[in-house]
Amino acid sequence: MTIALEQDIDPKLIPILEEVHDPEIPVLSIMDMGVVRFAHMKDNIAQIKITPTYSGCPAMDVMGDDIIHAFAKANIKAKVSLVLSPAWTTDWITHRGRKALEEYGIAAPLNEEADKEALLNNKKIVKCPQCRSTNTKMVSQFGSTACKALFKCDECLEPFDYFKCLK
Amino acid sequence: MKNENIIQYIYGIADNTLILGQRLSELCGHGPNLETDIALTNMALDLLGQTRSYYQYVAQLSGDEKTEDDIAFLRIERQYKNVLLVEQPNRHFGYVITRQFFYDVFHLLLLQELQDSTDETLAAIAKKGIKEVSYHQRFSSDWIKRLGDGTEESHKKAQEAVDDLWRFTDELFHMTEDDTIVMQNEIGVDTVTLKEKYYQRVREVLEEATLSVPETKWFQKGGKEGIHSEHMGYLLSDLQYMQRAYPNMKW
Repeated sequence: MTIALEQDIDPKLIPILEEVHDPEIPVLSIMDMGVVRFAHMKDNIAQIKITPTYSGCPAMDVMGDDIIHAFAKANIKAKVSLVLSPAWTTDWITHRGRKALEEYGIAAPLNEEADKEALLNNKKIVKCPQCRSTNTKMVSQFGSTACKALFKCDECLEPFDYFKCLK
Repeated sequence: MKNENIIQYIYGIADNTLILGQRLSELCGHGPNLETDIALTNMALDLLGQTRSYYQYVAQLSGDEKTEDDIAFLRIERQYKNVLLVEQPNRHFGYVITRQFFYDVFHLLLLQELQDSTDETLAAIAKKGIKEVSYHQRFSSDWIKRLGDGTEESHKKAQEAVDDLWRFTDELFHMTEDDTIVMQNEIGVDTVTLKEKYYQRVREVLEEATLSVPETKWFQKGGKEGIHSEHMGYLLSDLQYMQRAYPNMKW
């Protein structure tokens, strides 16, 4: 467990890393998630450092294995380790990632202040990914995974997940 | 200060998250409704995730062959340093929420201090944990208010839980010898300084929930020194069963 201050990725490794997806949100590559913090070749081994979205996120082990497989396909040996600091934030999800989330039916995280208002049901600001209405309300602060909250759209009546802002 | 002091200090934090995580895991599939069931198990996941980070660090510090699994599953009761509060059983939903609320308020205050530790690994684990525990505290505080200020029955049960669990709150601030040594080396937190803020926050929420604050001045402690309540053995037999029955088994 180490600390990786700045994201530091060898551009040549990006195409391989982009093949790996979050097992729980398969439309999102780990690059778009912003969980890859370091990727460089050293002594013919790809050294990859990823950071967990949440401490107990069970997807991390799977992502680690998937990274090793993706590199193996390119005949490269990879070593994956976990870094905790700085802690992951939803700000690291790329623009492309946010779009992919919305298309998949998950509302992308709002900024910190708006997020609080939404999660306390003070303001109707989370957009339903199905019908784009903001006539929505929070049903539960915890959704199908730790990183999401459960919402309901009062317009089209569909339930949906909202990716919580983590700062 | 020796590594062993730090290891014991970490047990004092990580055993709380392990045991509370275990208690919450017991509710998987047994929550009063789907949303709360998912919330409680999500919180369990956060707590167990934090526990893993702490235990991995302990394994690294102890420099022997021990792994995080050995630490979680193969110690004996006296070697667990969690507070008595977190090992109390899941009597009913109000009890689960009250136990959680009493721990969450402390947990957040603790991590907010621990993030300034001169030990960078502990600081990193704390920083990560703060984001998660803020959610836990919000969840349990909301439910305390809902139950306390809810129906006659929910109020009664919440008040019973508050009255019963209150005696375990003071132990959260108990400093063991290791805690003191590690604190003096600017790695650990002086929990005594958190006490006032803690009771202030707890009071605020209880009052809003129309629950009365117990007046009892008698507090139970022991867990931090490894002396646990009668519930701990049962909890551990559940927790440790697989590793004891099938040594070295892996997922």
